[in-house]
Amino acid sequence: MLCVFACARRFGESGVAKAAIRVSSVGGVETGYRIQVCRACSDPPCASVCPTNALIRRRGGGVMLRPSFCIGCGNCADACPIGAVQWDVELNKPIICTHCGYCVDYCPHGVLELIDIKEKGDMHVAAKA
Amino acid sequence: MWLPKHDPLKNVLYIDLTLKKYWVEDRSDLFEEFMGGTGVAIKLLEEEVPKNVDPLGPENVIIFAVGPFNGIYPAVSKTVAMFKSPHTGNLGESHAGGRSSIAIRLAGYGAIVIKGVSDVPVWVSVRGKTVKFNDARALWGMRSSFTVGRIIRENEPNPGFRTIMRIGRAGEKLITYAGVITETYRHFGRLGLGAVFGSKKLKAFVVSGRGSLPILNKREYRRIYKELYDTIVKSPAMKKYHDLGTPVNVLRLNEIKALPTRNLKSSQFENAKLLSGENLAEGYLARRMACSHCPVACIHLAALREPYVDEPYFYKTTFVSYDYEPIFALGTMLGAKSVEGFLKLLDRIETYGLDAMSTGVVLAWATEAYEKGIIGEKELLGIKPKWGDHEEYLKMVENLVNQPNDFYKALGRGVSYASKIYGGEDFALSFGGNEMPGYHTGPAAPYSFMVGARHSHLDSAGYSLDEKTIGKELSAEEIVEKLLKEERWRQVLTSLVICLFARGVYKPEVVVEAFKPLGVEATVDDLFELGKRIHLEKYRFKIREGFNLDEYKFPKRIFETPTPHGYLSEEKLMKMKEMFKEIIYKELSLAEK
Repeated sequence: MLCVFACARRFGESGVAKAAIRVSSVGGVETGYRIQVCRACSDPPCASVCPTNALIRRRGGGVMLRPSFCIGCGNCADACPIGAVQWDVELNKPIICTHCGYCVDYCPHGVLELIDIKEKGDMHVAAKA
Repeated sequence: MWLPKHDPLKNVLYIDLTLKKYWVEDRSDLFEEFMGGTGVAIKLLEEEVPKNVDPLGPENVIIFAVGPFNGIYPAVSKTVAMFKSPHTGNLGESHAGGRSSIAIRLAGYGAIVIKGVSDVPVWVSVRGKTVKFNDARALWGMRSSFTVGRIIRENEPNPGFRTIMRIGRAGEKLITYAGVITETYRHFGRLGLGAVFGSKKLKAFVVSGRGSLPILNKREYRRIYKELYDTIVKSPAMKKYHDLGTPVNVLRLNEIKALPTRNLKSSQFENAKLLSGENLAEGYLARRMACSHCPVACIHLAALREPYVDEPYFYKTTFVSYDYEPIFALGTMLGAKSVEGFLKLLDRIETYGLDAMSTGVVLAWATEAYEKGIIGEKELLGIKPKWGDHEEYLKMVENLVNQPNDFYKALGRGVSYASKIYGGEDFALSFGGNEMPGYHTGPAAPYSFMVGARHSHLDSAGYSLDEKTIGKELSAEEIVEKLLKEERWRQVLTSLVICLFARGVYKPEVVVEAFKPLGVEATVDDLFELGKRIHLEKYRFKIREGFNLDEYKFPKRIFETPTPHGYLSEEKLMKMKEMFKEIIYKELSLAEK
């Protein structure tokens, strides 16, 4: 869970409430873990279902949130089949990964990596498959 | 002075199982003065538990406490449990990791107090600010604690952010060394918290927390966090826990002749290689796991592959979490002959929710008592315990939990109790009422088990002092002084609540620095002063509850088997105990004034 805490710390606090990445077990700790993080889709379904255009496509994949447009409907979270859109219950808005790569530096087991998309000059975080 | 600004740590959640109600109190007073974890827990215990109550009665309480560094810094992943112990009849304190501390902390609490007794079995779930009482009648009596965990998991929200503490049948049956299992592979193992759960009809306790924690100086926080993280990831001391895990001790202790074997008839084991961390990693290690917010991943899971009896090419694979202490208790102490036998026995103990350490020492005592003819087949109900025969031990564990006669009922209360009835006290390896841990390293180890406030090798790590001083003989004064200092410093670590495996990283100066971004200014001396105070508070409670060091003798066996420091001197150990007692009584009376 160091990546989860890293994400929160990047934004100036500790805990997990504002983290865009999460870790949980797959049916109990006996069977291993999964990481849920935005994989920066080039054609992101979350943006397609946003009724107010609060989510705009990001160069290189993924989306950016324009908070003032967001009405907190939750369509984006429902539309993401990998569960990578987390929810900020205090603000009632999605937590969107900015692909800054801070979490990658705090993964001691090399599960996460920051991928440089050369042709587009952009980066995104991915869990190694 | 220790409570960070605007920190929800000050909130204590009280849960009354009798009335099925709950409330939150602002206990800034306690967290300011006693920091958290052990420090706050002992004060809460003193407040909540009247003098001389029955540990298995409704007046006992269960306290879980975390500290200011949980959820803030890496490898600070432990929760302290305090209660009156049904095993020793005195101070009960046990620590566990898993997700417990992060869940409690991010649910917005510094401590949780569980009082009273439920009329029907319940599982209680704390979901942030609300508490739910769930009917657990359908789970009560269920054979496997693993199944209980699975069912609760499927009925609770917030995967990844919750701790699921549960007991097995051993806790329901009030075996005084039943433990509480959390996240399947971690334990509040020692001193019988499981029986206290059972006495309250509390089958499981779930906490989920997804909150955030405020940081005063964000930039400094990020800097110090990175330093700590880098130290932990690169530290050779932590590497030991990372690679082979605690079982790295097996060969090392065997080599120096400090590995308790066959009820400590020997301190060297001919099959040590078989049970070594190296051999387990090579042939059985399936996966490693970490507690929440810890980079180390010291939890080692072995894959136990068992064929079906009457079907070819049908296998069942079970994951068993192994560590040094279970290897000692269920392996070397019982003269194990196969890894599979050891893993099966450990898995069975987990199924029922017993403390692996006490159970192993209990089985070892019974084996020797049978060998010596003190007990016979009448008591054992036809079972013939024999070193290395795990099939017989598996049957004994069934009886331990089902308690079909008076003998097994007595065994269910530990070796100290059983040997008082049946004899064999000389080889009943218990200290202060608690079964021994796996170190026969020299004089400091048994002394520390005896006087340590929770009778644990982790109180002051006497074994470590022994190991560092092989070839030298420390005076009684030196040992007493060094271990007292160590135990007091550890009160600070367990009030923060840092995993003791990371003790080498969180040095006093480092703790002072790490407090700064949270707005807490203190000195190293303040920390030491606090450690001393907490230690005295714990002893004050012990004495209030009738603890008297004079009543506890060192088992004769420890003087009959050589250590790396040669044969131990009873006279020296008695002298050390006397010196310790004198210091404590003097300091307590000074503190009264």
